Parts: sequence; C-alpha cells; structure tokens
Amino acid sequence: MADQRAKSVLLDIRNLRIEATVFPPGEAPRNIVLVHDVSLTLEKGKVLGLIGESGAGKSTIGLASMGYGRGGVRITGGEVILNGRDILKGGKEGFRKLRGREVCYVAQSAAAAFNPAHRLMDQVVEATLLHGTATRAAAEKRAIALFKKLSLPNPESIGERFPHQVSGGQLQRVMTAMALCSEPDLIVFDEPTTALDVTTQIDVLAAIKDAIRDTHVAALYITHDLAVVAQVSDEIMVLRHGRLVEWGGTRQIIKQPRQEYTNALVSVHEIEHQEQKPGTTPFLSVKNITAAYGRSQIKVLKNVSVDIYPGQTLAVVGESGSGKSTLARAITGLLPPEQGTVTFDGRPLANRLADRPKEDLRQLQMIYQMADVAMNPRQTVGTIIGRPLEFYFGLRGRERDKRVAELLDKIEMGKGFVDRYPAELSGGQKQRVCIARSLAAKPKLIICDEVTSALDPLVANGILKLLLELQKEENVAYLFITHDLATVKSIADSIAVMYRGEVVRYGAKSQVLAPPFDAYTDLLLSSVPEMEIGWLEKAIKGRRMASAGN
Amino acid sequence: MSSPLVKLVTQRIALGILLLLAVSVLIFAGTQILPGDVAQAILGQSATPESLANLREQLGLNDPAFVRYFRWLGGVVTGDLGTAMSSGQDIATSIKGRLWNTLFLAFWAAVVAVPLAIILGLIAVRYRNGWVDKLISGLALASTSFPEFFVGYVLVYFFAVKYQIFPGISTVYDGMPFGERMQAIMLPAAALTLVVLAHMMRMTRAAILNVMQSAYVETAELKGLSAFAVIRRHAFPNAIAPIINVVMLNLAYLIVGVVVVEVIFVYPGMGQYLVDHVTKRDVPVVQAVGLIFAAVYISLNIIADIAAIVANPRLRHPK
Repeated sequence: MADQRAKSVLLDIRNLRIEATVFPPGEAPRNIVLVHDVSLTLEKGKVLGLIGESGAGKSTIGLASMGYGRGGVRITGGEVILNGRDILKGGKEGFRKLRGREVCYVAQSAAAAFNPAHRLMDQVVEATLLHGTATRAAAEKRAIALFKKLSLPNPESIGERFPHQVSGGQLQRVMTAMALCSEPDLIVFDEPTTALDVTTQIDVLAAIKDAIRDTHVAALYITHDLAVVAQVSDEIMVLRHGRLVEWGGTRQIIKQPRQEYTNALVSVHEIEHQEQKPGTTPFLSVKNITAAYGRSQIKVLKNVSVDIYPGQTLAVVGESGSGKSTLARAITGLLPPEQGTVTFDGRPLANRLADRPKEDLRQLQMIYQMADVAMNPRQTVGTIIGRPLEFYFGLRGRERDKRVAELLDKIEMGKGFVDRYPAELSGGQKQRVCIARSLAAKPKLIICDEVTSALDPLVANGILKLLLELQKEENVAYLFITHDLATVKSIADSIAVMYRGEVVRYGAKSQVLAPPFDAYTDLLLSSVPEMEIGWLEKAIKGRRMASAGN
Repeated sequence: MSSPLVKLVTQRIALGILLLLAVSVLIFAGTQILPGDVAQAILGQSATPESLANLREQLGLNDPAFVRYFRWLGGVVTGDLGTAMSSGQDIATSIKGRLWNTLFLAFWAAVVAVPLAIILGLIAVRYRNGWVDKLISGLALASTSFPEFFVGYVLVYFFAVKYQIFPGISTVYDGMPFGERMQAIMLPAAALTLVVLAHMMRMTRAAILNVMQSAYVETAELKGLSAFAVIRRHAFPNAIAPIINVVMLNLAYLIVGVVVVEVIFVYPGMGQYLVDHVTKRDVPVVQAVGLIFAAVYISLNIIADIAAIVANPRLRHPK
C-alpha cells in the first residue's frame, strides 16, 4: 500500500526553506525566511489547495515547485522531488526543461500575464513548441480542443485575438488552456479567480475544475479564499508566516479544523451588525444622476438616485464596470454629472469639485482601495493625519499633535506610529491611517471605495469592525462601495445593487437580501462561494435550470 | 482598416504641418529681429542712404513683414528658396548637393549606430547589473561625455595622422566612386556613431528593463524560455515605442546636429554650409537651412509617433 502510494507520488517537497533579502528603508539589507521547513506530497491527478493570508508563503511554495523565485527569493534548503528527481539539483538548464513542460503556471491576473504584443494562440502554443513536444499544427489543434473544453466562445478563432480583445474571465480560461496545452503533470494555479467578478468567477472555477478532472493533471491550487478552494481541492494545506498550520482532507479542514487559526479562517465572515432603520430625513440625496466620461455617448451612470442617512451605511454593490466608483466620483465632484443633483443638508452641492467651498469638502471624505498609493510615501504618519487638521481647522503645534495622537488611538495604533513612514506599515495599518486621515476632517460622510478588497480576510475583518465602532462613536455615515457581498452583509444598513450604471435594487438590507429577487441580484447572490463541498456543482446546476426555465 | 489608427496618423501629420508653419514664422521673425537688413548687408560699408533706399525698394523690403513672409513662404512651397546674397547663387541648387551629402553621412552613421545601440542595450539587459552591463554602460557613457570635437580630433589623431588609415579631411565631390566616398566619411561617421550610441543604448536598456517587471515576462520565464528569448520575444516588442522615439531623436540629431563634426572634417554638408553663411550674415541661406532642419526634425518625430502608434496592438486591432 505504502509502496503504491510512493509510486503515484508526483511532487514531494521535503523541508523546503526559502529566503529572501529585503531592503528596508534606512536600514541595512537583511535576510528573511519566507518558508520554514515545509513538506508536502502530491499524488498524480490530485489537487492540493494551499491557503493562507498574504505573506504565508503559498505562492512562494508554488513557484518553488518550478524552481522559480521572484525578485531576490532563493531556495536555501530542502528538496523538491518531481517525477522522482530533485529538481533543485538540475541547475538553470534543468529548470528551463521542466518549466512549461512538466509544470505549468496559471497566474492571478491573466490580463497582465499575457503579452499584449502577441496573439493568444502564439502564446498558448509557445511552451509546447519550445519544448518540441508537438508540431505547430498539432499544438494548435490541441489548443482549440482545450478552448472548447473550457467553454470559450468561438474556440476556432479566439486564438487569433490579442489579449486586450478578450474579457478578463475569458483570458483566465485561455491561460488555463495555455497551461494544459503542453500536457504537463502539474499545474500551479496562483489565485486564478481572485481578480474576477464573483459572477464570472463561478464559471471559470467550474471550467478549471472540469479541465483538471478530464485531463488528470495534478494541481497546486493557491488562494486566500477557503470557500473557493473547498470546491476544487482534494486536500487543503493551511499556511501562515511561511509555516505549515494544518494539512488535511478538504472536508476535515472546513468541517473540523483542528487549529485555532484554521478555525478563524473558516468563520471569518461572522460580523454581526444590526440594521438601523432609516431616519426621517437623509442628509445627502443623490437625485437622478447621469454621468459619462469625456464626451462619450456611453453613460456610466444612468438616472441613479440614492439617499444616505446620518450615521448609517449605504453599501453600493456591483461588478467591475457597474458604475459604483463613478457614483462616488459624481458625489465628490470629481466627475461632474451631466444631469441630476446631489443635495447635502437640504441644499444642492456644486457639481464641480473646484466650485465647492472648503466646508463642503470637509464634510465628504474618501478612503481608497489601495492605501499605499493614497499616501505620500515621503511623509510620516503624523504629517499625513495632521494635514487635514491644519487645512480644515488651522490646528498647529501642540494642539495638532494632541489631536493626531487621539486619532491614532481611535484606530488602535497609538502614538508610537507618529514618526513612521507608510512603507514601514502593514497593509491593514496603512488602511487604518487612511481612516484616521479621513476622520480628522470630522466629516458627515466617508466614502469607502473597496477599502477591504486588497486586504486579507482577517485583516479586512478588523478594518470592518473598526469602521463600525467609529460609526457609533462619531456618528459618521458611510457610502461603502464593494463587490463583496459578504462584506455588505456585515456592514450595511441599506443596499443599492448596481448593474451597468443603473441601480437595479435598492432598499433596507433586510429587504434587498430577502426574496423574491430580481434576476441580477439572484445571480449575484448565488455566485458567492459558500464553504461547502459541492456548492459549485449545485450553483451551476441551479443556474442551468434557471436559464432553461427562461 | 481600423479607423482610430487612420485618425491618429492623420492627426499627427496635420499637427506636424501646423508645427512646421509655426517654425517658419519663428525663423522668419528671428531673422527680422537681427540688426540691419539684407540691403545693408549687401551694400556693406559703401552704403549711402539713397542706394539703401533704392535697393530696399528693389528687393521689396519696404513691404509689411507679413507680405514678405508670405512671399518667402510661397517661394519655399514652390521650391524657390531664394538667392544667396554672398554668392548670388540659387540656394535650392546649392543646398541639394549639400543635403545629399549630409543625408549620406547620417545614413551610414545610423546604419551602424542604431542596430549596435539596440543590440548592446539587449545584451546589457540580459546581463543586467553584472560586469558586462556595467562595461557597456560605462563605455557608452564615456563616449557621450566627451564633446564631439574632442572625439573627432582623437579619431583624426589616431586614424589619420598616426596610422594614416583614413583621410582626416573628408572631401567628397560629385561622381566620386562609392568606395572612396565611404572611406572619406569613415571618420566623421565613426565620430557621430560614438556620440549618439550611448543615448540610444541606455534608453533601450531602460525601456526593456521597465517591461521586464511585467507579469507576462514572468509567464515567459515560467514557460522555460531562455533569458535572451524572453527579452527578445516578450520584452522588446513592448518596449518598442520608447526605443523608436529615442532612435528618431538621434537620427534627427545626425542630420541637424552634425554642424560641429562637418566643420572638423571639412565635410561639404548642410552644417558647414550653415556655418559658412552665418559668418557671412547671409540671411536667406540661414532661413532656408533652418527651415530644412526644422522639417527634418519634425518629420522624423512624426514618424516616431506614427511608428509608436502602429506598434501598439490595441490601436492596430481595436476591440
């Protein structure tokens, strides 16, 4: 039995140790260990999910199975045994021979991972031709068959297209076809659906799962989303800070996690937020706004109306391109609407940002998705938070410092951070500083544009809890823009569902999330992965039935 | 074909023509600001108020400036660049041969410099931060840092004086056999190559290095492509636009900026022609040469723009 298993083992990683040299600002370069003595085995045709937060080392391990390290990343110990030989002993030439032939890679963002200068087909068959495992004609035929299997539209001709001519979800499938084309033994999927909209993710996920099953390829499936990995993996390995936390069958990990950390990951979305009844008068009303970029005929917002009540949260949810960020730009005056008005405290706000008095600017603050690019990297945390205090309230010197300290306290970071630079902070801390900066202006409304999307689930949870607490203390209202329905459930009082520039469903949270649903909201809700084995098949089946019923 | 492409290209060409017109106004206005006028220049010391007035009447210098401008522009458009004051020769005729010589020199300098710069740039990227990269960058930088007259004289000292391989004075004449002509331009072409090489090479290196950070370069590496194939097939095509830009700027320099090199090697090109006539204050010639230089500069930059547009697959293959 043991012998049989040994025979079917494809990948055997033993005591893998990976290090990198980091260059912290103002300090001497130093070595850090990214992966500490991790071991794993993967049998032929099986799928192992690697899960963890950023910095857990999951991508690093995935790439190590191809002998690849990003930037200054080095494998400094252990063995990577693939098909019975230690690839780390093969040298550069050995790596080149196995990459694209024995092991292929599917990247997170196919849109970035395809070369914009070449046609898709040339890229799909490139590895196959390079390693000489098939003629061009044979490789193209194989690619077209894979396009069909992955249910890409026009499989015969889609290869003639350039990456920019194909949608993100389709590109991700083409990338999977690219990986399968050279008939490898192992594919490393590195967050292949993370960059996709939730309604697109489900189809891509199903396509990937079918392709894995039909081709009997083994896979390392890397993701931070446990619900996603539960759909495709046979086994799951939980990693944290480069160390193994728990490794077991998929059912065991999601049903009976043995480690506390795994348990935290499994139950991450359980924030309770009691919905507040809307007050009598909204302080901010958006009425029939229509907006477009430039002189374009394409309206990004069509006749959008929503109300925001003091101290409450309106969540705006939708896919990319639905117009949710544009709504924020229209409210803040960054994109003056063509029609419609924004009323604030009973009076209309000027359309253009430049025409608004300072007081109006103070009342509406913003927090962005990418906290690190929303801060000046050469300013300290104290300067960043102190700026609105000077600008809006004319606070100087000791008074200003006192208020900065108070704000740092509010975001649970403390005075010690005053002299730190953004580069020295973690992702969650950066977002907290951005929250403090917006609070410094004492606004009535903070517009949060995907503020938790770039964060790990547990960190994101911390931010959401903080936002809810601050709302209670400061009575500030949020316009919370997100594509993540789980987040919406935990923070919103009312919800606006947007689709192609229109609000398709709007009301109190309890109403919006209760049936009967309109077709789009139904699709959106049914696409959110649930932590349950077999959810994917059920959801896809439900969808087919719905479309057959139409 | 794709309409955005045609639209962008037409736009660039129209802008170029507009820009050239603006430059012609500037050149004309610039030469008007200079003290004295053509009549004074022609008559020189012997000028009397009467003879000046007569000559001005004769040359039409009493007409308002814009009339003279349009008369000049009309001439230029129909191929009449006027008459050189100092020699009384037709400018268009004398420029033709000179322009040809300059283009000949620039062409051969470019034939060597452009591929060499790009290949060196590719090699520098392949061995980035290693000693090969540093050696290439260092040498290229050194050759650019020396002023071109210095480079020119060093070349003359070694190749013309000490070893006498090539002539130190690049005399060319009509009907000169190709081989002799090539030998004559060898040293000025080498000097020009050394001057423009570094700029192009460094920009090529920087542009490709920029692209090397992309996710698709990682994809290519993970397919098992060799380091050089990754650069050539995946990085270079996406770095082409900035490279074309800097190449065109340097080509323009080869034609417009050759003044010093032509003077050093006494090469009968546009640069020397310009310098000769500036010292003689021959305004019509200076205007004509200035306008031709501007035209060359603008057209090469338009070509660079168009090439960059065409190189972009998003514009060539719209959705």
